Amino acid sequence: MRSIAGGGLREEVLDFDYTEEQRLLAESVTRFVKDRYGFAARKKFMAEPQGFAAANWAQFAALGLLALPFPEAHGGIGGGAVETMIVMENFGRGLVLEPYLATVILCGGLISLAGSDAQRQTILPAIAEGKLMLAFAQGERHSRYALDHVETGAKKDGTGFVLNGHKNVVLHGGSAGKFIVTARTAGAARDAKGVSLFLVDREAKGVSVRDYPTVDGLRAAEVTLENVRLGADALLGPLDNALPLIEHAIDRAIAALCAEAVGIMETLNAMTLEYLKTRKQFGVAIGSFQVLQHRMVDMTIAAEQAKSMAILAALSADDPDPGARRRAISAAKVQIGQSGRLVGQEAIQLHGGIGMTDEYAAGHYFKRLSTIEKTFGDTDYHLERFPAFA
Amino acid sequence: MDLAYTKEEQEFRAEVRAFLKEKLPPDLSRKVLDGKHMTRDGMMRWHRILFEKGWIAPAWPKEYGGADWSIIQRHIYDEEAAEAGAPAVLPFGLVMCGPVIIKYGSDKQKAFFLPRILSGEHVWCQGYSEPGSGSDLASLKTKAERDGDKYRVNGQKTWTSAAKWADWIFCLVRTDPAAKKQEGISFLLIDMKTPGIRVRPIVTIDGGAEVNETFLDDVMVPVENRIGEENKGWTYAKYLLGNERTSIAQVGGSKRELKKLKAVARAEEMDRDRRFRDKVAQLEIDLMGLELSNLRMIAGLRDGRGPGAEASILKIKGSEIQQRLTELTFEALGPLALPFQREALEEGWNEEIIGPDYAPPAAPRYFNMRKTTIYGGSNEIQKNILAKAVLGL
Ligand SMILES: Cc1cc2nc3c(=O)[nH]c(=O)nc-3n(C[C@H](O)[C@H](O)[C@H](O)COP(=O)(O)OP(=O)(O)OC[C@H]3O[C@@H](n4cnc5c(N)ncnc54)[C@H](O)[C@@H]3O)c2cc1C
Repeated sequence: MRSIAGGGLREEVLDFDYTEEQRLLAESVTRFVKDRYGFAARKKFMAEPQGFAAANWAQFAALGLLALPFPEAHGGIGGGAVETMIVMENFGRGLVLEPYLATVILCGGLISLAGSDAQRQTILPAIAEGKLMLAFAQGERHSRYALDHVETGAKKDGTGFVLNGHKNVVLHGGSAGKFIVTARTAGAARDAKGVSLFLVDREAKGVSVRDYPTVDGLRAAEVTLENVRLGADALLGPLDNALPLIEHAIDRAIAALCAEAVGIMETLNAMTLEYLKTRKQFGVAIGSFQVLQHRMVDMTIAAEQAKSMAILAALSADDPDPGARRRAISAAKVQIGQSGRLVGQEAIQLHGGIGMTDEYAAGHYFKRLSTIEKTFGDTDYHLERFPAFA
Repeated sequence: MDLAYTKEEQEFRAEVRAFLKEKLPPDLSRKVLDGKHMTRDGMMRWHRILFEKGWIAPAWPKEYGGADWSIIQRHIYDEEAAEAGAPAVLPFGLVMCGPVIIKYGSDKQKAFFLPRILSGEHVWCQGYSEPGSGSDLASLKTKAERDGDKYRVNGQKTWTSAAKWADWIFCLVRTDPAAKKQEGISFLLIDMKTPGIRVRPIVTIDGGAEVNETFLDDVMVPVENRIGEENKGWTYAKYLLGNERTSIAQVGGSKRELKKLKAVARAEEMDRDRRFRDKVAQLEIDLMGLELSNLRMIAGLRDGRGPGAEASILKIKGSEIQQRLTELTFEALGPLALPFQREALEEGWNEEIIGPDYAPPAAPRYFNMRKTTIYGGSNEIQKNILAKAVLGL
């Protein structure tokens, strides 16, 4: 299976088989999650200070996962969105906590797409070796899901810039050594033009970070920038015109998130199916009640639809036509949001009381599906973005 | 057909409103309206205020210390109390066990337990469900064997709400393992301080700890603490389940939550979002339908009709609406609902909240309310009842 750089989706769409390399990748990530990411192990990782395990991150580096999507010229492996999909689907199965999406897909993606040679040369290898984590400081109090809503300001200061503003719910902001910050260099809050990207050191003067857990057990942070002085080399990508690159990087991240959601749904469905077969009430397995059979079938259909759309998202994440890319990505995000809600809620319902408990895994999968729906635009946001009548 | 209340009923409403205005402690209503966790102390403070007023047991007859309100008065009170943000009163003693004692208890049981339920000296919990017996409650296994003038009780109850707060638990136990499953069950009242009882909290997916496992190991219970006859417990249990129908739809609470949802949506400027507005409108219309259905049932009860299995309709619709309200509040907040701020829902939290004040309860409430279609007879079980008893299928 190959994502296309050249509008090839139309021709190649019937090739759904993994290549030999993709198969090996899938095997190694599957094994990692199976061996290392049981429910009890995950709980321990969560209790570590950063909210995940440094040892796992080192293991990702050793497996080559942290270098996977980067160009070979920068120490990468040159994988595409399909390879990312393979990784993320398996991470979904284990509800992996490490900041792979934030660091490798999103920030690594922004550096690959927008970075100068010098920026790529220093940052991408550092990510690949597991030495540097990054977070994308984008959302603000009133931005909701709008990428062009940027109030954080970057004022020219000699050859450099001074940043002021507050970023909300920065995914994995607490563990980041560097932030990629969206800031306004021209225009007003919702102007497309005037959005620029900056690389900001966590240790830079004027940066403060409040780290906290999110409702799905992951981490995020509030990041405040107070007169943060940056050199000219901190600018990432074109001045005033970063929005198209941001959209592209976010679309790739959405494709990755869709794959994670598919891994979650399939796992949750397997868990629920097993429960229907083993839980007995009224002297029979509850799976013998036809009403529950149909519900389980609906959950299976929802997950199948989601899987198809996650594949479409992966195949389209780098479509050279931004309109086609956006259309496919929004379509996938809508489907993932709807399927995820159905599968998550129904899994709890069909488990009965046990589904409501923190000690049982189903609830954790449900919660992660709920937050995935809210990440990078919810179902309504992407319905709005999908050009049905274009 | 007339939807208007009588003059007396309107006067009663004014009286309730005045009472709530004067006596409902603002710190408690604030907590309810803000979606924070209620402590045992907070709940019992309100309990005692109602007790002193004589309103703690709206449905009990006067001779047992109840308010003996008509069904309409109870409905009016529920509506006003919900709107004002009065804390819920724990139902286990007042709504569940008390009426069973009144109908089937011995004089001694009545004299001992009823005044203590009213005053709040005894907090109760309900020991029905077991790990292997949820929807199929009659399959319960906790057994009670006669040992002189006592029962020796062994087994496990689960999902016991408020067990860590409770002084007493009413339990269904198996006293005749040989009989048909509904016919070998007895109804026991057990002091939670009895040796052999152990309570383990169960943390729920929202981070709360409202439910517990209750283990019973060689717990000795005086035979005089049995309700009615041995092996007739199922009859009493069924009476209990059929008892409180006026509040099953949770209309008052949902109206209050709808107001809150709208306030949150406005603050987040979601009232301008056409898609979101439609969802809120749809939900409000659903709730209007439910309110009328509920009033129709209440009018029927007033006139001595029903409710039969139709009450299941109200349970299904009511729980779906409760869930939908929290789901839309979670949606309205967008990414601001992501920070997990459990401590901010507890008493004595003074640190800075991340995001707006109304953010912390949004996700936990959405997660927590998944319970409403599971407990109190799951919605699937309610539909089975409707299919059989109402539709004759
Ligand atoms: C928050 C909470 C508080 C609770 N508080 C108390 C309490 O204080 N005291 C107490 O005793 N209990 C309490 N319960 C327990 C509650 O009553 C049970 O959870 C409920 O009866 C369902 O039982 P179960 O969880 O074992 O699910 P199960 O009965 O195992 O049901 C699993 C699934 O199968 C479905 N199902 C079962 N039978 C059928 C059928 N015949 N046809 C179609 N579908 C079916 C159910 O609807 C559900 O979706 C509480 C539960 C919760 C979640």
